[in-house]
Order: sequence, then structure tokens, then C-alpha cells
Amino acid sequence: MYALAESAPLVDPATADGTLSLLWLVVALPLAGAVVLLLGGRATDRWGHWLGTATITGSFVVSVLLFVDLLDRGEDERQVVLHLYDWIRVGGLDVGMDLLYDPLSALFLLLITGVGALIHVYSIGYMSHDPRRRRFFAYLNLFVAAMLLLVLAENYLVLFLGWEGVGLASYLLIGFWQHKPSAAAAAKKAFVINRVGDIGMALAIALLFVTFGTTSFSGVSALAGAATESTLTAIGLLLLLAACGKSAQVPLQAWLLDAMEGPTPVSALIHAATMVTAGVYLVVRSNFIFDLAPNAQTAVVAVAVVTLLWGAIIGCAKDDIKKVLAGSTMSQIGYMMLGAGLGVAGYAFAIFHLLVHGFFKANMFLGAGSVMHGMNDEVDMRRYGALRHAMPVTFLTFAMGYLAIIGFPGFSGFWSKDKLIETALADSWLVGLLALLGAGITAFYMTRLMLLTFLTSKRWRDDAHPHESPAVMTVPLIVLAALSVLGGVLLLGDWIVDWLAPVVGTAEHHEPPIPVLAVTALAVGVVAVGVALAWFLVGRHEVPVTPPQRVSLATRAARADLYGDAVNDHLVVRPGAALARGLTTADRRVVDGFFTGIAAGIGGLGRGLRRAQNGYVRSYALSVLGGGLLVVVALLAVTI
Amino acid sequence: MSDPVPFIALSAVLFTIGAVGVLVRRNAIVVFMCVELMLNACNLALVTFAKQHGNLDGQVAAFFVMVVAAAEVVVGLAIIMTIFRTRRSASVDDASLLKY
Repeated sequence: MYALAESAPLVDPATADGTLSLLWLVVALPLAGAVVLLLGGRATDRWGHWLGTATITGSFVVSVLLFVDLLDRGEDERQVVLHLYDWIRVGGLDVGMDLLYDPLSALFLLLITGVGALIHVYSIGYMSHDPRRRRFFAYLNLFVAAMLLLVLAENYLVLFLGWEGVGLASYLLIGFWQHKPSAAAAAKKAFVINRVGDIGMALAIALLFVTFGTTSFSGVSALAGAATESTLTAIGLLLLLAACGKSAQVPLQAWLLDAMEGPTPVSALIHAATMVTAGVYLVVRSNFIFDLAPNAQTAVVAVAVVTLLWGAIIGCAKDDIKKVLAGSTMSQIGYMMLGAGLGVAGYAFAIFHLLVHGFFKANMFLGAGSVMHGMNDEVDMRRYGALRHAMPVTFLTFAMGYLAIIGFPGFSGFWSKDKLIETALADSWLVGLLALLGAGITAFYMTRLMLLTFLTSKRWRDDAHPHESPAVMTVPLIVLAALSVLGGVLLLGDWIVDWLAPVVGTAEHHEPPIPVLAVTALAVGVVAVGVALAWFLVGRHEVPVTPPQRVSLATRAARADLYGDAVNDHLVVRPGAALARGLTTADRRVVDGFFTGIAAGIGGLGRGLRRAQNGYVRSYALSVLGGGLLVVVALLAVTI
Repeated sequence: MSDPVPFIALSAVLFTIGAVGVLVRRNAIVVFMCVELMLNACNLALVTFAKQHGNLDGQVAAFFVMVVAAAEVVVGLAIIMTIFRTRRSASVDDASLLKY
């Protein structure tokens, strides 16, 4: 084992004062923006996008101020809590609307508001022709506000509030073009699958409350040591289920690829700054539970490894540029979960990878959006090619993101992924080698994407006239590209590890089983093989504009998302539908049948008896006589 | 005291003739007369039993029956006349509109 640290540090925040009491502004600004834009209606159409961008930018400025203030403090004073008001006070349940600001949430704040602000700026240009742009910005603001509440919460219930807010906002944004049936279906799918994860979250909160009598991080972290390991494992597994839903981990991964139906900035926001990172945040934040539940940690690692390969394999076969990036997100989140599952040794690297992934994935999604913007919203990479001349800025910025994600030496992704692989190798050979394999596949599919999109020959449709996007879109790209390149500085002198130590603890340093340099060389070698493979398989040949049909079974499976939808369909959807059909049939036949049967029987009896009233006086007379005879016979029978 | 059996037997025969007549005849006048026959058969039985018991209860009852029968004849014949006028028929089977 690489590290088995002392128990996780307690969450023991001081009360916020000075600059830090401005913490509520970070959430309140975008929330106010969303409220104004949604309630203001068409009156705000003209300046809605400016307001939306301004609130996020304001949030970012406040986040920077807070961060600077936090930097000035001593290491043990870096946890502060801001009590806004009592939210729920019923019997033993006492939940305050408390915000926790510590090194972990500080980094998330900067990522969410920073990348979020850039995406907002970009959206001004990207959505300029959309008549519902104001509404789009309202939803974006809501999304960011919910995510900020999620990472600032001081207890699981407030976190759940943000968690659900993120789910709602993602539903609204994925289905933003609701007139398209596919977008509406994708939004519904994301919502439903997220609900499955939310069951885990709700149960975990309930179990936490039952076990500890509190849901606050400070309370739970102080009491976690007293709970039995089986309880902690159960809580850990439920939290993992929740994280799987939000972070699109296997087996709840199916919504992520369909979520590409939303406008591209939404994809960037979901994949880089908000939503999918929430699961990783949850696991890292709950480190005081996972550290004491090794079985739950193993489950996290297993899910993570499966997902990182799953997403990467899907990415290899897709022709839709956004779906390749979606597969890659799934895979990269898998890396983060892997780090989070490795415990104290991996938490900091998981967060590190999350941050740099936020930079380069936002960069690439916005780059893909820029390409689509110039190509009449074409997403099929087989219809791209040679776009480097038409869109030089997009190409160059995208290339930075590309080099970062494959882990080209010196770029941000190199540092983060290298650290994760190193930690994984130290933990277990198998996990480490699979993570290495994932890095190779990543290099393959990203190189394929680059080749198909920007290099090789033109395969444009006749009406395509690619052009560079306006400055309002390229400037965010340039900023994000710079961050993608330079993100690695966070690791200088192990800064991020030390910075996060008050939250996640410090690992005892062990010598890894093989030298660090060897691991790095191995990783770079695997990446080089992936790139070379992509060049030989894709770059050297003429690319057909229609996908070849005579392909291997593996390709077929990858094109069908490794049958994720089919599995859901067969295991859940169809049995569910059959059950529902059976129940309605049983209700109709048995329950309704019983009561309508009684009614029909009485009615039939009435219809039969009515026949006696035939209007013939003589038949009535016969009835009277018969009745009289009956009376006589009865009397005789009684008396004799 | 004379033997009541022949009187009761006659009463039963008359009643039976009346009842059969009500059941099998279609002409309203005949049916009506058969009803009268049944009433009078009952009167005969009542008077016989009164005689047998040696009190007047049965005879009083017979008088009541006669009064009621007289009133019934007035109303019944009026109804039959009206039906005959409107339908040109005195058959009870033709007057079968009042049914289900």
C-alpha cells in the first residue's frame, strides 16, 4: 500500500468574519441573475445576456477576493463557516443554511465561477441568433448558482439542495431546444437517471442522520470514528451511487452521451465546471467516511476503472465530435473517481485532475462549438477535415486542449494524469495498468478527433463555408487554452497537496515500487503508441464520408455505446413497462372487473325481471292467483 | 244445522269458474263478470261460515263485499266503456300499452 494515513482531519470551521463574510454573495449573485431573468421575461431580452455574464463575473471576483484572503491565513485557520439562517428545526433535526469555505471549496469556487464566466462570455456569441438567449442565460445562472451551493454547503442537506438544483438546471439546459424530440428525450433521460442516483443520496443522508443524529460535515467527521464499519460502508456505497448518477459513472452513465443534445456551451458547463464534477466532489468531501470504509473505497475504484475504459472505448468509435468529447469526459471523470477511491494518497490528485480537466475540457467543448458554429452546426467529423486553415485560432486553442488531455509532457494533463497513474500503480498493479491503458486509448481517440477535424483532407458538405468565430468566442478559448497549458503549475512544489491537506489529510510518503521517472516514461510511451496508432489507422488513409459498415464486433459495440442503452432497456425499462402493463391489466380485469361485474349482474337481473311487466292483464291475474295459491299452500303447510 | 259442505263446494266451483274465466277470456265484459262471480262465490262462503258459527260477522263481511262490488262495477264499466270507445275493442289483450 502506498499510504495509510492517520484518520481524516476533522471539519472544524471557525465563524466567517471580514472579507469571508461576503461568502453568500458568491451564490446569491448568479441566483439573483436567474431570478431577475426568469421573472423579468421579455423586458430583459435586450440586456439579459449581459446581466447573466455580469453576475457570474461578479461571483468570480468575489471568489478571487475570498481566495486571496484564505491564502493569507494560517493553515489551521482555513476553514470557516457562514451561518445564514436556520433552515429546518424539527425535533432532533437541526439544519442551518450554512456555507463552508475551506481550501477544497475555494478551488471549486474559482473553477466554477472562472470557467463558468468564460462560458457565459462565449455563449453571448454562440447563442446570438437564438431568440431565447435571455432564457438560456437565466438557466446558466441557475446552474452555476446550484453548483456553487453544492460545493459551499456545510451539511449534506444543503448539499442535496444544490445537488437537485444542478439536476433541474441540467434538465432545462439539455432540453433547451425542446422543439427537437431528441433533445426533449435526452433531457428526460438525464433527469430520470439522475433520480436513480439521488435515491442513493437521499438514503445516505437518512442513514447519516439515523447514525449520527446530524448531517453537518463537522458533526459527521467528528463522530465517524464511532460508527461501525458496516454502517460506514453502507453510507459510502450509497454516496457512490449518488456520485455515479451525477458523474455519469457506470452503470448510470447512459445519460451523458445523449446530453449532447443541448447547446454546446451547456455541454462545456456540464462537463467542465459543474454537474459531473459533483460526484467527485462528494466523494472527496466525504473523505472522513470513505477513509474508514475500505470496502466502499474499493467499490469506488472498481467503478472508476470500468468507467475510464468504458468512456474511452466509446470515444474511439464515435463520429459525432461532441460525443467523442462526452466519452472522453466520462473517461476522465473515471480517472478522478479513481483518485478519490485511492484514499488520502489520491484525493489531492483527483481534485488536481478535476481542475485541469475543467480547463481543457471547457476549452475543447467550446472549440467544438466554434467548429460547429462555422460549419452550419455539422457535428459529423467525417464531414470536417483540414479546418486548421479556415479556423486558425480554434485549431490552435483546441490543439492545446488536445495536448493537455493526452498528457503531452509539460502540459497540464500530463502532470495530473501522471500523478494519478503513479498513485494507482502504487496501490495495485492491475488498477495502475488499466489506468495506463486508458491513457493510451485516450491518446488514440483524441488524435483521431484532431486528425478528422483539423487535419486530413476537406470533406465538407457543399454548402459549408467554414469561418473563424467572432472574438467574443475566441477570447474565452484563448484564455482556456492558456490555462490548459499552464494548469500544471498548481503542482509546483506539491502546492495543491499541501493546500488540500487540511481537508483531506496528508499521506505518509512511501517509496513507490517502481521509480517515478519510470512510470512517467511508461505513460508517455503508452500515449505515444496511442497517437501513432491513430496516425496509422486514420491519418494515413482517405477518410470515407459515410462510416464503413463492415467493421469488427468491437467497433459495433463501441458505436452502440457498449450497449449501455440496451442493458438499461432490457434490465429496467422493459421489465418496468411490462410490470406497469401487467398492473393496469390486473386492475382493469380483476378489480374493475369485480365491481363492474356486480353492476352488470344487477342490471341483467333487472332487465330480466322487467319482462314480467308485459302489459297483459291476464298474466298479472295469473301472478295474483299463483301468489294466492302459494299463501294457501303455506298456510296449510304451517297448520298441518 | 244443515250440512255446509254443499254450500262450500258450490262456492269453490263458482270461484274456480270465475278464476278460469278471468285467466282465459279476452273480452273485458266477460272478465268483469267472472270477477263478479268470484266475489259472489266468496260471499256465499262467508254467509255459509257465518251460519255455521251462528254469528253475523260473515254476513257483515258479505255486505261490505257487495258494496265494494257495486262501486267497482261503476268504475270498472266506465273504464271498459272508455277503452271500447277509443280502441273499438273490448279485448283485454289489446290494452297492453302500459308495460316495461
